[in-house]
Amino acid sequence: MSLPWETVIGLEVHVQLKTRTKLFCGCANKYGADPNTLVCPICLGLPGVLPVLNRQAFALAVRAGVALGCEVANVTKFDRKNYYYPDLPKGYQISQYDRPVNRKGRLEISMPAANKNIGITRVHLEEDAGKLIHPDTEGSSGVSFVDLNRAGVPLVEIVSEPDMRSPDEAHAYLAALKEILQYVDISDCDMEKGSLRCDANVSIRRPGDDKLGVKTEIKNLNSFKSVAKALAYEAARHASIIEGGGKVQQVTLTWDAIAEKTVVLRSKEEAHDYRYFPEPDLVHIQADAAFVERIRQALPEKPAARRDRYVKELGLPAYDAGVLTGDKELAALFDKLRGEGLAPKVASNWVMKHVLAAMNEKKIAATTFTDKTRRIAELAKKVEAKQITGQTGAEIFAWILGTPETASVDEHILKQGLAQVSDAGALEAIVRDVIAKNPKVVADYKSGKPSAVQALVGQVMRETKGKANASVAKDLLVKALEC
Amino acid sequence: MTRHLYPLFSLRMDITRPLVEKVALLARLEIPPADADRVAAQLGRIVTMVETLNKLDTKGVEPLSNPTGLVDAFRSDEPRPSLSRDEALANAPDKVEMFLRVPRVVE
Amino acid sequence: MIDLTASEIRDGVRAGKWKAREVVDAHLERIAAVDPKLHAYLHVDADGARAAADRVDASGVKGLLAGVPVAVKDNMCQRGIPTTCASKILEGFRPPYDATALLRALAAGAVPVGHTNLDEFAMGSSTENSAYGPSRNPWDPTRAPGGSSGGSAVSVAARMTPLAFGSDTGGSIRQPAALCGVVGMKPTYGRVSRYGLVAFASSLDQIGPIARTVRDAAMFLQAFAGHDALDSTSAPAEVPDYEKDLEAGVKGLRVGVPKEFFGAGTDPGVRAAIDAALKVLQKQGATLVEMSLPHTDYGIAAYYVIAPCEASSNLARYDGVRFGHRAKSFDGLIDMYRKSRTEGFGEEVRRRILLGTFALSSGYYEAYYKKALQVRRLIKNDFDEAWKKVDVIAGPTSPIPAFKIGEKANDPIAMYLCDVLTVTAPLAGIPGISVPAGFTEGNLPVGLQLLGKEWSEATLLRTARSYERETEFWKRSPAL
Ligand SMILES: [Mg+2]
Ligand SMILES: [Zn+2]
Repeated sequence: MSLPWETVIGLEVHVQLKTRTKLFCGCANKYGADPNTLVCPICLGLPGVLPVLNRQAFALAVRAGVALGCEVANVTKFDRKNYYYPDLPKGYQISQYDRPVNRKGRLEISMPAANKNIGITRVHLEEDAGKLIHPDTEGSSGVSFVDLNRAGVPLVEIVSEPDMRSPDEAHAYLAALKEILQYVDISDCDMEKGSLRCDANVSIRRPGDDKLGVKTEIKNLNSFKSVAKALAYEAARHASIIEGGGKVQQVTLTWDAIAEKTVVLRSKEEAHDYRYFPEPDLVHIQADAAFVERIRQALPEKPAARRDRYVKELGLPAYDAGVLTGDKELAALFDKLRGEGLAPKVASNWVMKHVLAAMNEKKIAATTFTDKTRRIAELAKKVEAKQITGQTGAEIFAWILGTPETASVDEHILKQGLAQVSDAGALEAIVRDVIAKNPKVVADYKSGKPSAVQALVGQVMRETKGKANASVAKDLLVKALEC
Repeated sequence: MTRHLYPLFSLRMDITRPLVEKVALLARLEIPPADADRVAAQLGRIVTMVETLNKLDTKGVEPLSNPTGLVDAFRSDEPRPSLSRDEALANAPDKVEMFLRVPRVVE
Repeated sequence: MIDLTASEIRDGVRAGKWKAREVVDAHLERIAAVDPKLHAYLHVDADGARAAADRVDASGVKGLLAGVPVAVKDNMCQRGIPTTCASKILEGFRPPYDATALLRALAAGAVPVGHTNLDEFAMGSSTENSAYGPSRNPWDPTRAPGGSSGGSAVSVAARMTPLAFGSDTGGSIRQPAALCGVVGMKPTYGRVSRYGLVAFASSLDQIGPIARTVRDAAMFLQAFAGHDALDSTSAPAEVPDYEKDLEAGVKGLRVGVPKEFFGAGTDPGVRAAIDAALKVLQKQGATLVEMSLPHTDYGIAAYYVIAPCEASSNLARYDGVRFGHRAKSFDGLIDMYRKSRTEGFGEEVRRRILLGTFALSSGYYEAYYKKALQVRRLIKNDFDEAWKKVDVIAGPTSPIPAFKIGEKANDPIAMYLCDVLTVTAPLAGIPGISVPAGFTEGNLPVGLQLLGKEWSEATLLRTARSYERETEFWKRSPAL
C-alpha cells in the first residue's frame, strides 16, 4: 500500500486588461478583428520606434494589486525578457523583473472544509504576444501564420505562492481570481477568448515535509477543467515515478486535452535564458500613496463582503445573497431596485424569480434589465399593494422586457384592463351568478363545509380572468351564502 | 595605439568554443566551424579588456542603467490609427494573404 | 553657393536673395562631383530634395532652416526612403514613419538630400564597418573619416551639405567631426527625441548636429531639440535659445583640463593643437583648472559591456519575419533565424551581439553587466564632482588624427580605443561638442572637445564659438 502524498501547486495566471488601447501604442485592444489590422510601427517592432506606457493600463494593474491585497511598489520599472519567437515582434517582451507593480497579496478561497488564504507573490504588468496559426491545409504543413493584433495588449501576470494542496484548490483559486478580477472590472477573464490563461507548477511531497519536491511546469492551460485534470494527472505521474524508485525531472510540459495527458515541451537544459535587463526606453513609474489610495477608494466592493452585507444589513437569506453576488450585474440590478424604493426581500424576490427566469429562458444578460428597473419597481409595488395579482404581475414583467422604459405601466394596465377588481359593486353580480350556477357546492357549504367557499372563489376568479381581488370575492360570497 | 592601461592579461574568463557556440545559439547567430576558434579568441581578448573593471572596488555602488532622471512618462488610453494591413506587411519577406508566414513553429 | 553656411543660406532664402531650389541644385551637383571619391552617401534622393526645395520656395512661411540642404544619417527613419543602417539586413527597408528629429527639421524648412554612410548600426569608429563600403576622409581619401557618423561628417566637410544629422553612442558624432574638421555635438541624453533613430544602445544614443560652424550647429539643434511624446526618455524641459548668447565669450569661465585626457597614446600633433587651443581660451578670459576624472580610463571597458548588452537586445528584432533580410534556404524556424541574421549582419555587429548576449546571460550578468553599470555610476560621479569646480571640461576629441583605411580593421580593441575620450560623456548622459582646432603637421584636422553638465548645451556652444571666432579653422576647406 502506498503512503499518501501531498500535492503542492502554484499558479501563474495571465489576464488581459480592459483598456481601449495596447500597453505601449495607440492600436485598439480589441478581440476578433481581421488579422494584422490592429498593428502599427510600435507593436510591429519596426526599427527605431519606442514604447510609451498606457496610463490606464498602469492604473488597472494597480487596481488588480489593491483588489488582491498587495503592497503596491512606490517605484516600479520595466525590464526586457529576451527570447526569439515569431509572435514576439521585438525579440523581447517588455515585462517587469525585480520591481513589479505589486507584491505580497492574498486571495481567499472557500473549500468545503474551511476557507483558506492563498498567497500572491506578485502581480506585474507586461505586454502580450501575437497569435500563431498552424494551418492544416494542403501544402501548409511546414509553415505557421502570424497575426500580431494581440501583440502589445496589456496583461497582468499574477503569480501565486505554492499554497494550493489539491487540484480542487487550484480550481477554487482560479474561480475566486476570475470572480474578483471581473468584479473590480479590470478584465472579462474569458478563457475562451484567451483573456485569462494559466500556467501551473506542481510537485508532490510527504505530508509534514517542509522541503518542496521537484516541480514540473504545465503551460497554457486553457480551461478550468483542463487545469484540474492536468494537475491531477501530473501529481499522479509524479507519485508513480517516485514510488517506482525514480526521480521527477524538472521539465516544462503542455496538456494534451484530447489524449488527457501531459507532454514534455522542454527539459531543464533547454530552459530559456531570458537575459532580463532594465528596459532603457521607459522611465521609472512612481505610484505615490495618494494615487494608490484613490484607486483603493474607487474599488468596487468584493463579492464576499457584499454577500455578508446583504445578509447582515439587509436581512436577506444567505441563499439569496449568494445568488445575487455571484454575478456582479445581478447584484447591481438588485441595488438599483432597492434604490427605486423596494424592500430588500421584495427586490430580491423579483430578481431571483422573474429576472433569473427571463435570463435563463431568453439567454440574456442581467444588464438587459439595467434600464428597466424603474418600471420593474413600479410593478413590484403594485403587486405588493394588491392592485394587481401576482399572475398579472408576471405578464406585465414580460411586457416590460419587450418595451422601452418610456412605455407607461399604468397606461398598460388601464388599456388592457389588468387592474385587480376589488370593487364590491362590480363583483356582486358575478358572485350571484356563481352561486346560482353551483347549487351543489352551495349545498356542501350550507351542510357545514366552510372550505367549499374556496371552490366558489375559484369560479369568480375564472369568470374575471384572474383580476378579482380574491379576499373581496370571498367576503362577498360568504355574505351572500349566509343570508 | 595601445594605451598603457590595458596590459595583456592572461584570460581570466576562458572564452571557450563550446561557450561561444552556446552564446551564438542564444543570439540566433551561426558561427562557421572554421571561424569558431578565431571568434572565441577575439571575444576572449575583448572580455579580458573588459575585465580591467575588476580593478575597481564597486561594493555598494548603485548601478546606473540609464542617465535619465525622468519618471512617470505616460500616454493616455486614446486609440490612434493603426497601419493598413498592406502598409504593415509591406516590408515582410514572406506573407500570405492576411498573414506573415514563418517556418512551422513546433512548440 | 556650396561655401555658404546654413544660416547664410537660410537668410538668403528668407530675403529672396536666392531660391531653395537653386541652393539644393548646387549641392546636388557637388554631391555628384565629389561623392564618387568619398562615398559619403548610401542613397541620394535628388527628386525628393528638389520637391522639398520647391515646397519651401512656394511656402510663405520660412522656418529656421528654410531651404538648407541637410544630410540624414542612414540610421534615421524617413518615410518611404530606404533606411538601411549600412546593413545588408535592412536592404530595401522603407519605413512607414519619420524620425521625430527629422520631421522637425523638415517642418523648419530643411531640404533632405539623402542618407549618409555609417558603420553598420553605428557600431564602429571609422565607417569601415559599412556593408556598402567605407567612406573616405576628404582631407586624405586614403584615410577613414572616423565614425560611426562618418558619411555625415564627410558630407559637411566636403561641402556636399552645410548640415548633417549624426548620432552619438560612444563618440559617433564628435570623433568623425574631429577627424573631418567640422563641428559636431552630442546633446544631453533626453534633449533630442530618439523616436525613429534605429536603436544601437538605447541608454546612450542621442541624435545631434554636424555643421561647419558653431552657429550652424546651434541653429540646427534648435530646430529639432525638445520633448517628444513618442519618446519617454525625452525631457519635457523647455529648450533655451541657443543662438542668444552665442557671442558672449568665455570671460570668467572655469575650464577644467583633466590629466586623463592626455594619456600616453596621445598623438603629438593632437597634443600641440589642443595645448594651443587651451591657451586661446585662457587668452579670451577663461580660467584653466587642472583636474582629474579618475575613472576615465575605465570608460571603454564599461562601454563595451553596456552598449553590446543593449545592442544584443535591440537587434533581436532583425529576425526575417516582419521586415529585413531572410535567408533563401533553411531548415526550420531556429535555422531560419540563425541563417538570416548571420547573412544579414556584418562581422562587427555579430561580434557585439555575441558579446552582449554573453554578458547578459545567466551566470555572467553580475560579473559583467552589473559591474559595468556600477562603473558607469563612478564615471558619472566623477563629472558631478567636477561641476563643483569647473563649468566646462576641455581636451582632445580623439587622441589621434584620421588613420588609414584598413589600419585597424583586424584589431577590434585598437578600434575601440579610438573612443577613449568620447565614451564617458554618453555614459554620464552629459553633452559634448567637438570644434575644429587646427591641423597636424600632416594636414589632418584635430578636434577640441568640450564637455559640460546636463543641459549646458548653450554654454558649450558659446565656448566653442568664442574659440572658433579667434581661430576660424572652419574656413579652410579640403582640396578635392
Ligand atoms: Mg509573463
Ligand atoms: Zn500598435
